[in-house]
Amino acid sequence: MFDVHEMEVNFGPQHPSTHGVLRVLLKIDGERIIEAKPVIGYLHRGTEKLFEHMAYPQCIPHTDRMDYVASATNNLGFVETVEKLMGITANIPKRAQLMRVMLSELQRISSHLLWLATHAIDLGAMTPFFYTFREREQILDFFESYCGARLTLNCMRIGGMPDDLPRGWLEDVEAFVDKFEACIDEYESLLTNNRIWKKRTIGIGVLSPEEAIDWGITGPPLRGSGVEWDLRRAQPYECYPELAFEIPIGKNGDTYDRYLVRMEEMRQSTYILKQCFPLVRATPAGDIKAKISKVIRPPEGEVYHSIESPKGELGYYIVSDGKTQNAYRCHVRPPSFVNLQALPAMARGHLVSDLVALIGTIDIVLGEVDR
Amino acid sequence: MAEEQTPPSPAPPPPAAPQGRSVDEIKRDPLVASAVSRVDDAVLGAKELVGEITLFFDRDRIVEVARAFKDAGFVYLVDLAGVDYSKYPGHTGARFSVSYTLYSFQKNARVRLRVWTDEQSPIPSVTSVWRTANWHERETYDMLGIQFSGHPNLERILMWEGFNGYPLRKDFPVRGIDTGARIYPEVFPEGGGPKAGSTGKDVKDVNIYKGEWKRYGQWPVAQIGGGAAPAKAPAPKPAAPAPKPVAAAAAPAATTEEDADV
Repeated sequence: MFDVHEMEVNFGPQHPSTHGVLRVLLKIDGERIIEAKPVIGYLHRGTEKLFEHMAYPQCIPHTDRMDYVASATNNLGFVETVEKLMGITANIPKRAQLMRVMLSELQRISSHLLWLATHAIDLGAMTPFFYTFREREQILDFFESYCGARLTLNCMRIGGMPDDLPRGWLEDVEAFVDKFEACIDEYESLLTNNRIWKKRTIGIGVLSPEEAIDWGITGPPLRGSGVEWDLRRAQPYECYPELAFEIPIGKNGDTYDRYLVRMEEMRQSTYILKQCFPLVRATPAGDIKAKISKVIRPPEGEVYHSIESPKGELGYYIVSDGKTQNAYRCHVRPPSFVNLQALPAMARGHLVSDLVALIGTIDIVLGEVDR
Repeated sequence: MAEEQTPPSPAPPPPAAPQGRSVDEIKRDPLVASAVSRVDDAVLGAKELVGEITLFFDRDRIVEVARAFKDAGFVYLVDLAGVDYSKYPGHTGARFSVSYTLYSFQKNARVRLRVWTDEQSPIPSVTSVWRTANWHERETYDMLGIQFSGHPNLERILMWEGFNGYPLRKDFPVRGIDTGARIYPEVFPEGGGPKAGSTGKDVKDVNIYKGEWKRYGQWPVAQIGGGAAPAKAPAPKPAAPAPKPVAAAAAPAATTEEDADV
């Protein structure tokens, strides 16, 4: 009477908890997952192919559309890779570097806020959504007042920044950052000691450090497993060496630890932003572009460069033939794509409702997974 | 391996190595020396750019090489990317290259391994060394048609199964191909989606489509392999059974007011 009855069920692609168009083929026994197989590609737009057919500056708007909730870091990774290939990394003015760092950290906060809102809603906590979107809205307003766009920012250029900061921008961001720490406490008061939240997240999707590295997992999921590794510290770029911040790590590598890591990362981002304000004010206004040729034609060669995006290690691998204005090949190493690969290992043996927690905790954006 | 789980606070990145070193000098670099000494006879070459070391290896021995590097501390396979060198200026030799970017937590440094291959020759899969290689290799196979032998599940990952062609090959047209998917069989008798091989004008027409399809004429089918852009005003294919009196040439050039306000 109580025999094992295996069933195959489609989870998604049209499912609100898959955060886009992720399809997971589930083999389940009752509610327990025997096997989960992610099926991706529904949002494939051939970004890498397009990169090969347009000049380097034209590629920057396309990078926006990969991880579309963290486009500033996508821009940053791309322009830094091209700058590294051209050998002009050291020429970027200090003010431009600080602006890049500030936009990246604001983007990290806004990406984590979106993650928190959707992750909490997936697990049944509706309230945090309203709180986090209140702050996220303000950050998007800062983006809008800097570059005119809220999501697809296209806010960086090879060799510097497109424009100087608008008047009053620094003061507005400073006022926001000053009160933002209290907001994080507010979110935490809703979730961190919440019994339901703990029951839904503790012990779910445990990844050991060795497993995490073997799966190539980076970003908050890796740090949640207890590996203190952050590209901002390990392979610093821009002016991160001058900025003090801590790398939060988890102990158990479960969904709860990854939640705590991301919450602490938001705090660290506010510390970084606070250190940036006096530094930006000390730099001459308008000094935001390195002197480079208008025609971007990097030398022949291949280069890999990566940055710490909110999701993990975002890398670009560019092969240039040295003759044309476009990349011969530009491969993107998206953190979501690689992190998602561990989903079957994490989901095995858990309930279907925990799969929702796992998809949320990996923090995937399908635009980046499929490119 | 116990030492891989708790990388100490990372050392500052090593200073960029001087450019222009010879192959032997690169092989003796302290970063790679211990791993290279185990597979010295498989090294085909080495080069260096902006402080990144690239080592070329014998394709058939890549698993052995990967193990040597993993044992030497490169426990994290960062990236695996294929490149089609068929249109690379001045390139002779094998068509494809696959790059493995590795990272060592102890040394806080990356190294790139590269192998050459062509359409037929498979590369031994390194999924047994790093599990993360699984999807990377599937993507490389899907996008470039590079074969990996010994892969547990080498199937398409981003494109749909049954897709004809490898999109990142240099002879694949950027505008796409006739996929064979029959979305509107009465409109597209040869198959193909609305974007397949269309000119820019046709795409615009589809977006403002309100009335009958046949007004907008027949869709040209891009040729895979040729890579040449279709002619501006493609003639209807003679082999295609023209189902309706299609008026490709007589397609309305100017859109009317009611068409435009969709």
